[in-house]
Amino acid sequence: MSIAPEHAPKMAQASFAHRIGPWMPVLLVPMLVVLGFLAIPSTSSWLTLTVSGLAMGMMIFIMASGLTLVFGLMDVINFGHGAFVSVGAFVGVSVLLMLGHMTDAPSLGLNLVALLVAVIGAMIATGAMGWAFEKVIVMPVYGHHLKQILVTMGGLIVVEQLIIVLWGPEEIYINRPEALKGAITFAGAALEKYRLVAVVVGLVVFAAMRWVLRRTKIGLIVRAGVQNGEMVEALGYRLRMIFVGVFIAGSALAGLGGVMWGLYQEVITAHMGNQAMILIFIVVIIGGLGSVEGCFIGALLVGLLQNYVAFLEPKAALISNIGLMVAILMWRPMGMIPVVKAK
Amino acid sequence: MSDPILRLDGVYTNIAQYHILQGVDLEVPRGAVTMLLGRNGVGKTTTLRTVIGHWRAHKGTVTFDGEDITRKPTPAIARAGLGFVPEDMGVFADLTVEENMVLAAVSGPIDSARLDWVFTIFPPLKTFWKSEAGTLSGGQKQMLSIARVMIEDRKLYLIDEPTKGLAPAIITTMARALKDLKEQGASILLVEQNFAVAKALGDTANVMDDGRMIWSGQMAELATNAALQEQLMGLSLDAH
Repeated sequence: MSIAPEHAPKMAQASFAHRIGPWMPVLLVPMLVVLGFLAIPSTSSWLTLTVSGLAMGMMIFIMASGLTLVFGLMDVINFGHGAFVSVGAFVGVSVLLMLGHMTDAPSLGLNLVALLVAVIGAMIATGAMGWAFEKVIVMPVYGHHLKQILVTMGGLIVVEQLIIVLWGPEEIYINRPEALKGAITFAGAALEKYRLVAVVVGLVVFAAMRWVLRRTKIGLIVRAGVQNGEMVEALGYRLRMIFVGVFIAGSALAGLGGVMWGLYQEVITAHMGNQAMILIFIVVIIGGLGSVEGCFIGALLVGLLQNYVAFLEPKAALISNIGLMVAILMWRPMGMIPVVKAK
Repeated sequence: MSDPILRLDGVYTNIAQYHILQGVDLEVPRGAVTMLLGRNGVGKTTTLRTVIGHWRAHKGTVTFDGEDITRKPTPAIARAGLGFVPEDMGVFADLTVEENMVLAAVSGPIDSARLDWVFTIFPPLKTFWKSEAGTLSGGQKQMLSIARVMIEDRKLYLIDEPTKGLAPAIITTMARALKDLKEQGASILLVEQNFAVAKALGDTANVMDDGRMIWSGQMAELATNAALQEQLMGLSLDAH
């Protein structure tokens, strides 16, 4: 064997543009907030719209985070994800209606306990439903995208009809818990209490997901599995079990999102999950398929942009998110924070 | 002679409509380096991937440490004691070097003495411990790929072309790492195109052609017999 010199590559410092590149998606959110500040004449309106946009973004993130992981980990396109949003909303609202004595009481503590019970009920129901959905509907179509789209879309329709059978075909109007009604005034702006709660819940969910994904071995396996599932299995991990767990967790999160979204809209319908899927898919695509961080940033951008544009030019609000998706995909065709997939 | 650690009997593997392996017989002895040689596209990588379970043999049996693993899922095969280094290295680019190694330590936390040993063989991994694997050079990625299987004791190491496309300096490092592993009594099945490395490390050699094993014997015999090399692979390995 030939003698060769030691391998000692020289490292040069990357340019500023190169170093800032990975942070650009993160910077988009404050940049959009600043743009909104410059475009909206009234500071109080801007503050109200910003909180509203963040709240909307957080709820979209909660609903979309499971979908992006499911796609990234097992390459499954689940058009039925919206079913978990609808079921979560109906189960959660049913629990809240049963706990009327707690939600009607002017006590923040009692209201939050009622909300927590409703959320737990919705997450258990949608988690269990996710387990069954994966086993019956998704498992037979692994590796077949077209079949996945068709069969999960079929699953969504079946679930929507089951909701109509169980809860009736009418929309259900709901009141938020007593202490979460109304707004607080800050710097001359009216900030809805419920939206502030939604922002806090969204931040907690994001922090918890990041902690699990970054600080635990299960999280490591999930992140590695999104990149190269075959290699994760070659190391000895049963990716199928992990995937089922992620699918259940993602479904439960969609259920949580459904409860939050339902209370945000103050009305729930069997089709609400299906309607939310457009925003959810936009967020998942612009974030980068499989990227939780990208999904979070994408959701905030969508929420903020929709609120700013609806205020400035209401007619343009309908196309603002599609425009955002087009712009981001032209800039980064794989999404803002693409997951490096094994070839 | 003791039982082989790995044995393939009449293994056939199809990928889509292509019949890649057409009755492969192979024995990998314990505590030795077994070379798997042959031209490109003869089925070497498919043989390794069939053993680890990425592709299923549709006929024949794969026996590992006395147990039939032909139909077992990949995670079960890996947990039985098989370490696999794929041709594409399989590093997780978005994970740090540390996270790649933590993931490779399947049975629990990383053994610090073992990690020190790995660092003495691959010093750059210590330097770039907190860096994302995707930012490493090709050679450093290959170091990480091999370090991952070395971080725990495996009964058999399946390593697919560890020197492919690497600079001579890195090839020397890789060869030294595999030699260290060999000196610890490890059993290794190594696919390698670099004849200098194959000659230095191999105890036994198996040559494939057209999805079959066409020759098995001692590496020393193949290394010193140019006519045999010419006959088996259509070229002299020394001229390689």
